[in-house]
Amino acid sequence: MLKGKRVIVIGERDGVPGPAIANCVVAAGGQVVYLTTECFV
Amino acid sequence: MDAEAQGNIKKIAEDQEGKDNLIVVLGASDLEGAEISAATVTVGDPSFAGPLAGVPLGLPVYHILEPEIRQAVPEKVYNENVGVMAMVIDPREVGERFKKIREKAAQG
Repeated sequence: MLKGKRVIVIGERDGVPGPAIANCVVAAGGQVVYLTTECFV
Repeated sequence: MDAEAQGNIKKIAEDQEGKDNLIVVLGASDLEGAEISAATVTVGDPSFAGPLAGVPLGLPVYHILEPEIRQAVPEKVYNENVGVMAMVIDPREVGERFKKIREKAAQG
């Protein structure tokens, strides 16, 4: 379901960070078009 | 979600390729916070503070812990990058919550 999709990644520092999500998206055949990691501290 | 991120997402959704094949994947550990981010990219910024205030993008939004996402990612890559969080948060609960959000967004 990620294959061929353009994906906006919104990670979280205390959860799953953006780059970790991006690794999963790319491995599943998706294209990351925007990536950010939020921090609520 | 901060104003800068909202502005960038708005720009991507409104560019030439538009919303075709465009989805959002979140990684927040706090599910209430994740639901606020999900609302921001579907019905608009609930706090009415950022560029997406009153802008219902209606993007399909998923959480990285949802079983549907996990199945799409090679197991080794998923375990290396997400594995620990999947033990802290119940993926089934995440899946149910986000399914409802997507259904609500699809209804407009």
